[in-house]
Formats: sequence, structure tokens, C-alpha cells
Amino acid sequence: MKALLAQAAAAVIVLFARAVTAVRTIWPEGGLPARPCIYFANHSSHGDFVLVWAVLPPRLRQRTRPVAGAEYWLKSRLTRFIGSDVFNAVLIARERENRVHDPIQQMAEAIDAGSSLILFPEGTRNQTDAPLLPFKSGIFHLVATRPDTDLVPVWINNLNRVMPKGEIVPIPLICTVTFGNPLRVEPDEGKDVFLERMQTALLALSPRPAGSGE
Amino acid sequence: MSPANSDLLMLVTGIFGVLIFASIVGYALEQRFSPTGSNASIENLNARIKAWWVMVVLIGLAFVAGRIGVLVLFAFCSFAALREFVTLINTRRADHWALAAAFFLVVPIQYYLLWAEEYGIFSIFIPVYAFLLMPIVSVLRGDTERFLVRIAEVQWALMICVFCASHVPALLTLHIPGYEGRNVLLIAFLVIVVQLSDVLQYVWGKMFGRTRIAPKLSPSKTVEGFVGGVISATLIGSALWWITPFTPFQAGLLAFIITLMGFFGGLVMSAIKRDRGVKDWGHLIEGHGGLIDRLDSVVFSAPIFFHIVRYWWSL
Repeated sequence: MKALLAQAAAAVIVLFARAVTAVRTIWPEGGLPARPCIYFANHSSHGDFVLVWAVLPPRLRQRTRPVAGAEYWLKSRLTRFIGSDVFNAVLIARERENRVHDPIQQMAEAIDAGSSLILFPEGTRNQTDAPLLPFKSGIFHLVATRPDTDLVPVWINNLNRVMPKGEIVPIPLICTVTFGNPLRVEPDEGKDVFLERMQTALLALSPRPAGSGE
Repeated sequence: MSPANSDLLMLVTGIFGVLIFASIVGYALEQRFSPTGSNASIENLNARIKAWWVMVVLIGLAFVAGRIGVLVLFAFCSFAALREFVTLINTRRADHWALAAAFFLVVPIQYYLLWAEEYGIFSIFIPVYAFLLMPIVSVLRGDTERFLVRIAEVQWALMICVFCASHVPALLTLHIPGYEGRNVLLIAFLVIVVQLSDVLQYVWGKMFGRTRIAPKLSPSKTVEGFVGGVISATLIGSALWWITPFTPFQAGLLAFIITLMGFFGGLVMSAIKRDRGVKDWGHLIEGHGGLIDRLDSVVFSAPIFFHIVRYWWSL
């Protein structure tokens, strides 16, 4: 019963996200990897992972789990249902003191179980004028334990204008989600070099800003 | 069958005939020159023909559904066009409520006023009320950066995508003696002349085009294409006098005005695209780009056509 409800909710969310944003998806030349991979994206709106999740082909979407903050999604019964049952999110504790599970371990287990992940390496929503905040190191530690996992950069454009932080009514603007070619961590690649390379790969997908506004 | 219905039926038969012919030509060209889908212009031509089928069927269904169908169709067009337009303009966080109002209040109210046939308020709602109220909503947040640019752009988006576009279904509200129950054919006349003029300008330009009119704006617009397109669309408009309340001469004259407005509308909208650094307004219609790419000439000709007909023919 709950699973059925979750499926229906998922269908409604996908339809709503697509209707509001008339989203256009640009795929990489070689297509998306068939094996479990990590989609890493820029983060500027609450709806970011919903949109990435919504544009994935259904077959891949079914085994793709967003990585999200447990504090937020376990707050109420409704968010718990949406977070755990609809999106099947990998919920990680943000604050070190509250941690029961190691986040890297949680994500690695999800990959081992055959799931792909949607990850926002900036760690928090970008409210600045800079296109991208510096990446947190979690993504490096994760691929250090699973070095043969593909990393797919995903640039989400315009969603921050649709739903800026603190607003409740979405503005229906056209969003674009651009998937890049898969990357991997190089053997012996240092953390800083790796993070720098991933940031560059992600930024390379960003278009010239349409309006010069925010 | 009423005369309006039989005229509509004849028109639909004619349009289907043209589309079937175009589809056959497109198919033959594909077989001959692009069997593997390698010729981009033939692929684009066929994508366009397919999109034309969809558009004709949608408009046809709206006509069958009557006044409400036409209003809903154009309200959706306004909404989608506004979305394409606002996506490309300067807005800031502070405009959030003004934009929400544009999409969720101004669009429905403008089309409701058409439904209620309230011409007095319909004709000034956007140029007067939205013009004054939108900046008030924006200014409340206190963000003055590029303020004039921001409000001017939103206002332009509303004028083009909602005010001008709504003048197409507004043709339904006109009361023309001796033309009762046939207003939907006026919409057909406007849309057919504008769209054929676009297509014919393109065809004439491809065949004989040498001299570019505005190389900076649109590399494909040529003097030869323009002249050929305007003359042939005017003649076709004149030949369609039987679906209108006009004499053949008047129909030709109106078609000429529609075609000119459509041409310059296309140029203006191209200039905006150039300024924003994009090739198309969006990606809604395969082969055509965005909805505004298809509507640009319609939105410029509709208000003028509407007012001429209202001034001289309507009660």
C-alpha cells in the first residue's frame, strides 16, 4: 500500500517538475553509463535533485538514489515519506556529533547494492554570485573506496530562478539539465587535484547565463 | 450544414491537402537525398512538416471545441511564450512576486476578460494596470539594481506574449453584421496568411534570394524572399476572401498589412534573440525552435488586424 502510494507520488512529482520547468535535457555523446554511477551536480535550489531525478530515463531513475541531509528529511512524517519512500534517498547526518553511520560508508553500500547516487559536492545550496562553491571532500573519499565508479557531471541551469530559497510559489521558467561524459578518479590522484578536475568538468557544462540576472 | 461549417470544412480540406502534398514532397526528398538522415536541411524540413500537422490538428480541435477551446489554446500559448521570454530576460530575486503575478494572475485574467467579452478593460488591462502594478510589486522588495531594465523587460514580455497574442482569440468577440457565427474563420484567415507568408518568404528566398535585407539580424531574410513572399501571401489572402467579411480587394489589402507586420515582427524578435545570444526562443516545437519562433509574426500582426477589423467592420 505504502509502496503504491510512493509510486503515485513519484509520478505526480515528476509530472509537476516537468510541467513547471518545461525541462530540456542534454545527454552526453556516449549516453549515460549503464552501471551504477555517481551523478554530481551544482546546487542552488531545493528542487535540484528532484529535477535530475525527473529527467533520468525511468529505468535508470528506479535505481538512482539522491543523497540528502537526514535532519531535513526526517523532520515530519510527510518529509520522511517523500525522502525515504518516494525518492529512496540515502539520508546522511550532516553534523558530526549526531552521526550513527559513516556517510561515506552509507553511500558506498548503496553503490555496492547496485544504486546510482545523485550528489551535490558543494554540500550546501549556492546563494552566492559565484557559479560554484568549492567542493567538499566527501566525493573524493567515496571514489577512493570505489575507484571504478563512473562520475557523471550534471549542470542544472535556471532552477534557482524558478524556486529561489525562501519562496513558495515557483515561477515557470525553462530549465536545462546537461549531463557530461563520465569521469573516473585517476590512480594516485590527490584529493585537491581530483576535486579541481571535477569542478572544472562541471563548470564546462554551464551555459553562458541567459539573463545576466541572478 | 450551416455556411460557416461548410466553409470551415472546405478550408480544413484545403489545409490537409497542402500538408499531405508537403509530406509527400518531404518524404520523396528524404528518400532521394537523405536516406540515412544525413542532410540537415531535409531533416529539418520534415521535422517542420510534422510539427505543422500537430499544430493544425491542435488548432482544428480548438475550433471544434468552440470559443472555450480557442481561448484555452491561446491562453496556453501565451503562458508558454511568456515562459520562453522571461527565461531570457534580466530578473532578480526581488521580482519573484511580480513574475508569479504575471504568470498566474495576468494571463488568466486577460483571457477571462475575453471570455466575458469585456473589451473596455481587456484593451487596457496590461498596458495600464499591469504596467503600473508590476513595478509596484517589485519595488516593495527594495532592490534597485537595474530596476528600470527589469520592469521594462517584464512589461515587454507581457505585451508581446499575452497582450498581443490574446488579440488572435479576441477576433471571436467582434460583432460583424452578416458574419455572425463565423468569427473563427477570421482567426483562420489571420493565421493562414501569416504562416504562409513566413513559409513563402523562406521558399522564395531559397530559390531566388541574393540580396540580404538585414544580414546582422537574420541571414536567411532576403529582398527577393521578402518581395516574393509578400506578393504571394497577399494574393492567397485575397483568394481567401470567401471565408471573411471582406471583398477580395479588402482581403488582399489586409493580407498585405498582416504580412508586413509579420515580417517586421520577425525582425524585431530576431534582434531580441541576437541581443540575448540565443538562436531560438526555446525547444518546444521540433524543427521550429520555441513557440515564440513560430508566433513572432502572428503577435505583431494580430493587434493591428484586430483593430482594423473592429474599426471598420464591427458594430
